[in-house]
Amino acid sequence: MEIGLGHYLTVSAIVFTLGVLGIFLNRKNVIVILMSIEMMLLAVNLNLVAFSTHLHDLVGQIFAMIILTVAAAEAAIGLAILVVYFRNRGSIRVEDINMMKG
Amino acid sequence: MTAVFPDIWPALPEIFLAVAGMALLLIGVFRGDGFTRPVSYLTVVVMLLAAILAMGYGAGRVVTFNGMFVMDAFGVFMKVLVLVSAALSVILSLGFNEREQMARFEYPVLMLFATLGMLMMISANDLISLYVGLETQSLALYVIAAFRRDSAKSSEAGLKYFVLGALSSGMLLYGASLLYGFAGTTSFDKIAALFAGGAHASPGVVIGLVFVLTGLAFKVSAAPFHMWAPDVYEGAPTPVTAFFAAAPKVAAIALLTRVLIEPFGHLTAQWHQVLVATAVLSMLIGSFAAIMQTNIKRLMAYSSIGHVGYAMVGLAAGNQDGVRGVLIYMALYVAMNIGAFAVILSMKAKGLMLEQIKDFSGLSKTNPMLAATMAIFMFSMAGIPPMAGFFGKLYVFLAAIEVQDYTLAVIGVLTSVVGAFYYLRIVKIMYFDEPLVVVDKVEDDGMTGILVVTSLFTLLFFVAPAPILNGAAAAAAALFAG
Repeated sequence: MEIGLGHYLTVSAIVFTLGVLGIFLNRKNVIVILMSIEMMLLAVNLNLVAFSTHLHDLVGQIFAMIILTVAAAEAAIGLAILVVYFRNRGSIRVEDINMMKG
Repeated sequence: MTAVFPDIWPALPEIFLAVAGMALLLIGVFRGDGFTRPVSYLTVVVMLLAAILAMGYGAGRVVTFNGMFVMDAFGVFMKVLVLVSAALSVILSLGFNEREQMARFEYPVLMLFATLGMLMMISANDLISLYVGLETQSLALYVIAAFRRDSAKSSEAGLKYFVLGALSSGMLLYGASLLYGFAGTTSFDKIAALFAGGAHASPGVVIGLVFVLTGLAFKVSAAPFHMWAPDVYEGAPTPVTAFFAAAPKVAAIALLTRVLIEPFGHLTAQWHQVLVATAVLSMLIGSFAAIMQTNIKRLMAYSSIGHVGYAMVGLAAGNQDGVRGVLIYMALYVAMNIGAFAVILSMKAKGLMLEQIKDFSGLSKTNPMLAATMAIFMFSMAGIPPMAGFFGKLYVFLAAIEVQDYTLAVIGVLTSVVGAFYYLRIVKIMYFDEPLVVVDKVEDDGMTGILVVTSLFTLLFFVAPAPILNGAAAAAAALFAG
């Protein structure tokens, strides 16, 4: 079986959905949320690279590189905020993030 | 393929901000936290200089950096608005940060970098520069939200803002990747040319567009993607909340406007319904959910959700008058919002900040000037003529009526009546209830200046509305000419 664009798009859609679900359904640990965010971004990268080879156009790969860079910065800031939060509350359980009710 | 050095002049304000930001960071590192006040003043000067640089930019539309960056009259208007509101937010934060022992030099520098990201968002002409601008802004804002490291509330606000902000960036990116795949390009100009040529919008493009709109709706805190706003506004330090409610909102609305009008101007049929739905939901949630609030910062969060809804009414019209209405609305919104937050930041008793609505009771007896100023802003936000807020609403509703969107205009007027209830309740509490606490005098000169300027602007806008009306008209015309 030839693996074509459709297969890549399907995998990336599944990974993206898992990432979104991970953010909303997870009740245990904020670190899991950070992992879910990374998963969403990686699904996007997979999409971009698949489209890039399909269209014979390099822009998609450049976009993917930029996303990788920004994702690293974002993860660093996310972890830093998480450390600050842990120092204040002594817990990173998702259920405990409830000082303010939205 | 030849490498051509890009024309950097259209991006002069951004380059100036970036270089000045790094210089200020160096000054801060060498002189320490005791030097926060001079660094803040320098930040204000840098922002105002950048606004002058942006204003000095002539008419006409220039695209540079390989089509990534665009500068036009729309960009000038929005950039000046963002820079002025960011500069005012820095001045607002000075006294508060020193009182609450959070005066660190990184604060104004982070605001400067967030503003840089906003300018890049306003000038984005490609999905890549859109994303980079948006993240430059967001990464700085996540840190500012959690800036009060010893406060559980502030770090919780930062964490919530980070998680939902990252989620919205992910949505936006997924949409961008689909747009790239199905339109075959990331450049706004090429996408516009594609659909201007009558190309059929494939389902992939429409799904991508909806994902991008979702991501942007998160950033402007439009319903149903508003749930982060009340928590973040309540938890973040008050000057940060003032900043969040002004500059980033203007920049995100500018980005939303550019994306809808320039590349997807020919797909109005596809995005009109989405925009109408978010506008109606935002107006409803902004007015009804605010009634129950007891914390003034939470109330302002719901109020800003409502205001974004009104601005979207103008955007949903999708024509030049609608965009002009949005621009006027945002300019007036920023003035009254900064003013209202200046009042909230002045509310302290024996040096402690007051954040509850009941703390306003009897303010007219203990501090008549402050109460009168707050009353001006509340009347204006409720949209009562002749205050500035009335004209903002007038122009967006007029635009909606011109394109025969009567339902949208009627819902807008009805929700602003509901909104008037909670704005006027604050006036009633200030003027007819007995005082609970004695509010301190406003001693900060910068704060007094902002209170005077914004309240006079809000009160007397109708005397000389021409500069803002003409500027907005020119900006809207530039967007449609492009």
